[in-house]
Amino acid sequence: MRTTGQDQQRHRTLLQRIHVDLPLLIGIVCLMILGLFVVYSAGGQELDIVIRQSIRLGIALVVMLVVAQIPPMSYQKWAVPMFVLGLMLLVSVLLFGHIGKGAQRWLDLGFMKFQPSEIMKLIVPITIAWYVSQYDLPAKISNIIIAFILVLMPTLLIAKQPDLGTSLLIACSGIFVIFLAGASWKLIGVCVGLASGFAPILWFFLMETYQKQRVLTFLNPEQDPLGSGYHIIQSKIAIGSGGIHGKGWLQGTQSQLEFLPERHTDFIFAVFSEEFGLIGVSVLFAVYLAIVIRGLYIAINAQQAFTKLLAGSLTLTFFVYVFVNIGMVSGLLPVVGVPLPLVSYGGTSMVTLMAGFGMIMAISTNKRVHA
Amino acid sequence: MSARKRISIKNHTAEANLFARRAFISFIGILIMLLILFSNIYSLEVNSYDKYQTKSNSNRIKLLPVAPNRGLIFDRNGVLLAENKPIYSLEVIPEDVKNIQEKLTEVGQLLDISAEKQEKVLKSIRSKRRFKPVEIHSRLSDQQVATFSVNQHKFPGFFIDARLKRYYPFGDLTTHSIGYVARINQRDNIKLEDQGKADNYAATRNIGKLGLEKYYEDVLHGTIGHQEVEINNQGRIIRTLSFNPPVPGKDITLSLDIELQMVAKRALSGKRGSIVIMDPRNGEILAMYSNPSYDGNLFVHGISSKNYNKLRNSKDLPFINRSTQGLFPPASTIKPLIALTGLEEKMITPEYEIFDPGFYQLKGVKTKRRDWKKWGHGKVNLTKSLEESCNVYYYDLAFRLGITRISNMMEKFGFGEYSGLDIHEERSGTMPSVEWKRAKYNQQWYTGETLSVGIGQSYWTVTPIQLVNAITILVNKGEVKIPHLLKSTTETTNIIIDNKKSVSTVTKDVVYEDKPPIIIQDPKNWDLVLDALHNTVQKYGATGYNAFKGTTYDAAGKTGSAQVANIKQDEKYDAETTQENQRDNAMFISFAPYESPEIVVAVAIENVAKGGGASNAAPVARQMMDQYFGDRVIISKDPSRHPHHTKVYGEKNVSNHK
Repeated sequence: MRTTGQDQQRHRTLLQRIHVDLPLLIGIVCLMILGLFVVYSAGGQELDIVIRQSIRLGIALVVMLVVAQIPPMSYQKWAVPMFVLGLMLLVSVLLFGHIGKGAQRWLDLGFMKFQPSEIMKLIVPITIAWYVSQYDLPAKISNIIIAFILVLMPTLLIAKQPDLGTSLLIACSGIFVIFLAGASWKLIGVCVGLASGFAPILWFFLMETYQKQRVLTFLNPEQDPLGSGYHIIQSKIAIGSGGIHGKGWLQGTQSQLEFLPERHTDFIFAVFSEEFGLIGVSVLFAVYLAIVIRGLYIAINAQQAFTKLLAGSLTLTFFVYVFVNIGMVSGLLPVVGVPLPLVSYGGTSMVTLMAGFGMIMAISTNKRVHA
Repeated sequence: MSARKRISIKNHTAEANLFARRAFISFIGILIMLLILFSNIYSLEVNSYDKYQTKSNSNRIKLLPVAPNRGLIFDRNGVLLAENKPIYSLEVIPEDVKNIQEKLTEVGQLLDISAEKQEKVLKSIRSKRRFKPVEIHSRLSDQQVATFSVNQHKFPGFFIDARLKRYYPFGDLTTHSIGYVARINQRDNIKLEDQGKADNYAATRNIGKLGLEKYYEDVLHGTIGHQEVEINNQGRIIRTLSFNPPVPGKDITLSLDIELQMVAKRALSGKRGSIVIMDPRNGEILAMYSNPSYDGNLFVHGISSKNYNKLRNSKDLPFINRSTQGLFPPASTIKPLIALTGLEEKMITPEYEIFDPGFYQLKGVKTKRRDWKKWGHGKVNLTKSLEESCNVYYYDLAFRLGITRISNMMEKFGFGEYSGLDIHEERSGTMPSVEWKRAKYNQQWYTGETLSVGIGQSYWTVTPIQLVNAITILVNKGEVKIPHLLKSTTETTNIIIDNKKSVSTVTKDVVYEDKPPIIIQDPKNWDLVLDALHNTVQKYGATGYNAFKGTTYDAAGKTGSAQVANIKQDEKYDAETTQENQRDNAMFISFAPYESPEIVVAVAIENVAKGGGASNAAPVARQMMDQYFGDRVIISKDPSRHPHHTKVYGEKNVSNHK
């Protein structure tokens, strides 16, 4: 096995040797460059903010490259200890966490602040994929139930922080693994039923007032146009007034005159649509779709069930980011704090996301090694 | 290791197929979700584009109203009577100042602003948006403006703002005619709203509250302009998009002569009364002054309650415009009109004579009505009745005419009706009649009251403007002019020709059409009465003779002294003033030059210390005429009619005198 691997290594291109999947990289870099332009426009046209974002992107790319060098099968060894450690960190966040913006998400390590929920975005799919792939697929019901419990633990801990957006994404990443592992449709039906039964419990026992307010605002933003409905109303105005061609780069009045809230972070899509219009949106969607297609292609072509499930889950979760963010900004979903992946200004979630892409690239370039 | 083993025995193909299927289903799901997102954005950006485009614009574009400059007011000779004077206020934009408290103390020391005031400013700074200017001092003196300007570099964020404020340079001299503007209040707002003018007043602070300022509000105000600006989410102005300048109000020129006004004020000083001067040729009011007056400037920026109460509680009632609101019994001044009525109704002829024993007694009535001359005027005809102001002649004439014929004729001369003068502050007075008394008191008319009406007393009250108007009709022999203060309007417009700005001014004289004239059966009767009035001033011993001795112009007139006499105002009985209030009112009407009259003067003075119209009001009229004619010498075509005018006619003409 080892010799074959070494033989093949000689025939591989430089990119393959450094474990980079070129199509995926092109898609990612496209979004990053696009993002820099929009961040410049949304951030008050200050170069400073663009430079800071560029540094973050650079770090994120390095993280991606580093992660890509790790053989994917080795994640399995670390799955259980990482998962346990992750849970412990989440508990300690609840106990000693640093409060920021009304939620306990951060753990102050002294030299840096650290958000354990971010790594859980990676640990949960790894753990579930590891657990499910130990057995034959399609997974048995008993395994699926255990997998569900594994997903639920970090999800609830994060929801309690409260950070509904992240807990939702983490739940998704786990559920996607279960789905891809072939959970029967019957079971899926039952789960959907249970979830709808769970919704009232969520509403009455788990959700904080501000979260309920967001949902209510989502249902009827005009009810409180200057209060909590303001974000959504202004965001829809920004998107709608962009029209087909957009108002032009740096010309978006909603964003330049600061009517739009959270312009360079969560609501950056509204800035983008206002300035680049439906044409710009189409291009953006095409790039996202291309990345998703490439991700699924890598997953399908992965050699092991574990890597298939992991790559598939990471790709689908990436799309959930896109869907939730754009859905929220355009008024289809309630406002939850999810950035537009690879475009929004901000560091932590970007690094996690790129680490995920690093894993997908590792899976893409390491398949023959372990075949 | 056990896990490894299990993987190796797994069915890889089946697993791969299952995964591919699931991945494909996921992909379909992704496509559907992307489609949902896309169609939602399509509907926002394409279907609802217009709606959101409008919303986006209304977010960022604000129309800022720009107030037009109020039209100026000039007197007939171009003297400025109402102007817009810049006032300077010191303001600060808090966000431009680093240490606001320290800088405020510094500027306070520099300009002598009290610590108390500074504290107030600090408070209002905290409550306002940081980029909105806060007023520190509302009215800087020229000295303060200069001091600050020199030191401005030390105070970034502080600046001087200039605003225009209405100012009446002649103060109390013009208040009763021009009135004043003051801050728009709730009631004004409702009225503007009702009249659909609210939009035009969006940027206007003051509105005409009294006098001409109120009457010609629409002329003086102008049309609002708009500045279209782009603002951000905090309302800060980012830039101006377009500017549609306001159209300034029209300047107006009045018929008033401010010099005559000054003389009027001097002539009435220490007295309560009114002088109205009208040009009988066109109805222009040359002077209209009511004493005491007050300074309209006090009201422009809001009068203090102390000042207001002082004026309000003054026994002299300065708020009353006696020229148009003062109700005086006309007394003997209307005898010429009664005489005209008698001639017209053929009750008297110029030759008709009565014997005046000093009193008049109705048949079967014990009461004797005494003439002002105890021993009587003896034989009295028309001319003498006016020259000497014989009451008995008019008791007799009034008795024979009856109230109805008198009041019918007097109504034609405008008594009991608004004069039509272009200010709103006017009272109509009362021209009593049988119907009037029945309607008002539900009482019958008594003959005794007719006698009183014959000498301008009883219920009859007139305003000086009515009096001057009625005498003007007499002077014009029936022509009825509309008394007015507005002479012309001037519109200033900026014209841009070949990118060069120029100003065009268009002055339009206001045309006042005469009212239907009073036609009498025998026009000679006008001359008979006017002649008698001439004699009243020109003939030695007549009531107006003394006052007009030695004028260089040829005047005619009639005196009047009203007995009961206090202008009717809703004032309380006050023991202290009662005595004074019971004194006579002095009245005088006059016109000159006799042959081609240029001015008609009415004078009314309340509660004179002693004497009547001849000694109190006539000299005032003389002062006014002296001012009006100045050095002019008006030579009559028929000097024989002017027995004592040596000055006028010179030595050459003296020999011609009878």
